[in-house]
Parts: sequence; C-alpha cells; structure tokens
Amino acid sequence: MGETMRDAFGKYLAKLGNYRDDLVVLDADVSSSTKSSYFAKAFPDRFFNVGVAESNMVDIAGGLATASLRPVVNAFAIFLSLKATDQIRNVLAYNRLPVVLVGAYGGLSDSFDGASHQSLEDIAIMRSIPGLEVLIPADSSEALRALEYALEQDCPVYIRLNRNQVPDLEARSDDQPMTRIRALRSGRDVTIAASGICVSIALKAAEILADYGISAEVLNVASIKPLDISTLSASVARTARLVTAEEHSIVGGLGSACAEALSEKGIAFRLHRIGVRDCYTESGPYDILLAKYGISVDEIVRQASALIS
Amino acid sequence: MTLEQRALLEKEETRKIKILAALACRFRIEMFDILHAKQTGHWGGASSACEILTALYFHRLCLDPKNPDWEDRDRFILSKGHASLLLYTVLAYRGFFEPEILASFRDIDSTLQGHPYMNKTPGVDMSTGALGHGISVGVGIALAARLLKKSYHSYVMVGEGCLNEGQSWEAILSAAKYKPEGLTLMVDYNGVQLDGPSKDIMPLEPLADKFKAFGWNILDEVYDGNDMKAVFQSFRELDRIVGWPKVVLYHTVKGKGVSFMEGRNTWHGAPIDDSSYAAGRPELAAFFEQALAEVM
Repeated sequence: MGETMRDAFGKYLAKLGNYRDDLVVLDADVSSSTKSSYFAKAFPDRFFNVGVAESNMVDIAGGLATASLRPVVNAFAIFLSLKATDQIRNVLAYNRLPVVLVGAYGGLSDSFDGASHQSLEDIAIMRSIPGLEVLIPADSSEALRALEYALEQDCPVYIRLNRNQVPDLEARSDDQPMTRIRALRSGRDVTIAASGICVSIALKAAEILADYGISAEVLNVASIKPLDISTLSASVARTARLVTAEEHSIVGGLGSACAEALSEKGIAFRLHRIGVRDCYTESGPYDILLAKYGISVDEIVRQASALIS
Repeated sequence: MTLEQRALLEKEETRKIKILAALACRFRIEMFDILHAKQTGHWGGASSACEILTALYFHRLCLDPKNPDWEDRDRFILSKGHASLLLYTVLAYRGFFEPEILASFRDIDSTLQGHPYMNKTPGVDMSTGALGHGISVGVGIALAARLLKKSYHSYVMVGEGCLNEGQSWEAILSAAKYKPEGLTLMVDYNGVQLDGPSKDIMPLEPLADKFKAFGWNILDEVYDGNDMKAVFQSFRELDRIVGWPKVVLYHTVKGKGVSFMEGRNTWHGAPIDDSSYAAGRPELAAFFEQALAEVM
C-alpha cells in the first residue's frame, strides 16, 4: 500500500502536463482534495478553478474541447454525477467531446463526511449516458492507466477514483487493455466480479473461500462501459455462479451491468450483488462503514458460499 | 480618411443595412412557411432574433462556409436552441448547406434536428436545446482562443429562459473572473417566455444592472433588435468599448412580423394552424415588399 489513489493520480496528471500542451485541468474548488492542485501549481495558465459550480465547469470543458484541447475535469463523484448530469449528457457525450471526467471520493471513500458526500449512484447515472465510457480503477497504478487510456479516446470518459490508500494489485501489463476484464485469480466454483476497492476485498475473500474448498475466480472489472462481456460470460458459463462486488448502490452499477449482459446471453447462473442495498449511508471510519453496508470480505465469503450450497 | 471616403462608406453601409433588413424579412417568410408545413417548431423566438442573426452571419462573423470547421472562424452559440430554424435558415443562405434542405426540418434522418446539433449540421458550433448551457460553453471556447493564441471571437445568444437557469449565472460569474478575450453575450430580450410574460414567470429586471454588478462590460443603450440599423449601431458600439466580456441587450418582439402573434406566449412553440398561416403570411409578405422597395 503506497500513497493515496488521489495523490498518485494528481501527481501523474501534473507530470503529463509536461508532455502535453493540450492538457487543461479544471476543478470546482476542491483541488486540494482531488489533488488537481499539483497540476494547478505546475501549470497555472492551463488550470481553471471555477468555484463550486460543477455544471458550469463541465460545459467550459466542453467549450475547450471543441477547440481541440484535452480538458480533465475534477470534482467529487457525487457532485459531478448529480449536479452536472445535463452537461455531461447534452454537451459532452451527445457531441462526443473528449473530456475526461474524474470523480473523486467515489463510493463510500469520503466516509466521515457522510451520506451527502458519498457517491453511490454515479456509475448508474454515467453508465446510462450513450457515448460515455465508465472506468473504476482498482488501485493507484490502474488509475494512472485509466487516465492514459481516457486521453487516447475520442469520446468523454468518466474515471471514478477512491479517496484513500488502496492495496496495490498486480500491475496491468501493456497487453491488457483498460477495457478488458482482468482475471486476478482463476477458479471453477464461483465468479466474483469486482470493481474499485472491492477487487482487493474479493481477492481476500477468495483466499478464505479456498480454505473452505471453494474455488473462486476473481475478475477485476475496471471498465463498466464498455463491458467486456466475452470474458465475463466465459467465466460465468463455467462457474454458473456470480457474486458482483461494488462500492455503489446495487441498483444500476456493476451488478446490474453484469446481470443484464449475462441474461441476454442466455447464460444460466445464480447471482448475488454485493453493494449498498438501496439505502442511505452514514459517517464513520471507512472500513467499518463498508462492512456495515455489506461490503466486506466476510460478506463476499458468505454470499459466495450461499450460492454454492 | 477623407470626408468623401467616409461618406461613401456610410452610403455603402446604409445600403447594406437595407439589404440585410430585407433579407431578414425574407427569412421570416421562409421560416413561417416551413413551420406551417411541418406543424412543429418554434416561431416566437426565431422571429424575434431574426435581424440579429442575419446581421451576425452576413455582416459580422468571420466564417468560411466551405470550411465550417475552420479553426480560426468566429463562433456563435445559440443558447436559446429552440430558435433552431432561424439558425438553419441563416446558415443555409450563408452557404453552409443547400437551402432545399430546410424543408427537412425535424424530419426523420434529417441533418436539421429539432434543436441545433453540431455533429449533423454544418456551421453549428455547439448543440443546444436544454437551456442555460451557452454562456458556459462560450467561456470555454473563448478561453481556448487564449490558450491557443487565436484571435477568433465567440458570440453567445440567450433569451430570458436561459437567464432563468442557475447555470447561466455561474457562467456569468466565471466570465467576469477570467475575462476571456472575444466573448460577447447577446440577450434577445423579447419579454415573453413559454408560459407567459417574463416579468410574471421570473423577473430579470434590472438586467443591465445585474450584468454591471457581475463585472461585465455592458453597452449603455438597449438596442432595438428588430431594427437592422440599430443592430449595426450595437456592433459599432461593441467595437468601441474596451474590456471583456461584453454584453448587449436587444429589445425584440416575440413573433415579430405577424401582428396577432407578436408578444403572445402561445406562439412560443405552438404549431401554426392553417387559418393563422393564411392570415399571417400576407403580413410578412408586405413587410418584405416594403423592405425590398427601400433597397431599390
């Protein structure tokens, strides 16, 4: 476990500023939280702090993108997804303007600030917008890869980041594209498809399940959209059991995306979705908060076992 | 410049004003015909802004219709996107596409969507329709000119509906902060919105004072946006005042040109029925004949 995901991302964004003159960064008065402050310090002329005005920020980025600049927009995930939905849909995605939207403090990671700051609907919202890609990096190095990937696309991309330190996973190799599901552990009894912080939680759960004699396959689904249906369906076709694990509402996120895709494929499988079960959360220490709302190693073990019994 | 040269220039401009005034009257007829034929679209706000857009596209904006994506072109954002047919009409006759295409307005597979869509219609610089986006996007486009060291100008037109949206005021604040060179806001202040008079729906007055308080450079005079000569005067004044961003208010008449439609919120977007068409079209034709006579 190294520095926080946001620190790693912010530093890398500033580093990219040295190589890319077309990179412009915007923030909505949270640059010291999102860590776009590194870029702001290095490139003040290419940094725009528009104040607490997410809608305006996204449309300014859209305007910048029409003139071939590459804006990276930073705000808390909840405010970006709820306060700038119209702008993301009607200006960025509808017009296919390549703006990178960075949702900081994703999921429950802004744990102490409480439900008003915890982002549990952003993936559902972003996923429903045509022409917008949706990424959830599982660790810091994947967050940097996500940024590189997003800057290569000719469409807007939403990257959801975690506020905190997250365990480092085995690095994604160059021949593993960002949009491909990565199997971090192979297994035959149950597939655990996870995204973000839940990937490392799922890996721990798989170890415990192995002790119980249950062979769990762990998939890192870093790209919710596009969704790598072929890798997912190949796995679930073998195991016939799927546990999805996400730091999001069970409505409309990773679990929904997997269920929809697999059902349309005609694959018979049993499913349990781990996530916040359609309720409001609260303040508290991150780990305890995740566990209280059903996002934990124990819960994955319990639900995976239940699917098998 | 000698007095003779100046007199010649003034004479040329006077003639251009008359020609463009007639052109605007002609555009109104074209729009009225299409809106009646299609039984869908927005007459009121298209008609109110007709002289301003005609003057912009035929006198002021630096454009190349054969190269609509020319990176140094001036930009125009019709934030009140429901006046789409006006933008399409002006673009077509400015040479961005064949005027025959106007007849496909709002049809399936048409390049002319209900509201402007930049990825389908040549010459449209930004898709609009949902109100309140234009000023923000204009700030972004103008800031891009600064970063890329370009000298193009960015014009945004809003109506009252746009200024009801909170986002417009976020954008107005941010424009005052960054002072993007070349950003000009034009308010088509026709006093009527979809549900009724703006003063009843959501009062904006004192609008000029609001812009001043927000740090914008506003023209002292409110111009008659349906008088081509006054629109030309506003352009001269825009060129005279120093500092960015700039804003100009135009008093206009919603549904201008058809007496029984003027200032009536019903005609914001209602389909033009046969009897209204039959009664209204001769009025528009008469205005055009009169404007044409002044040119001759």
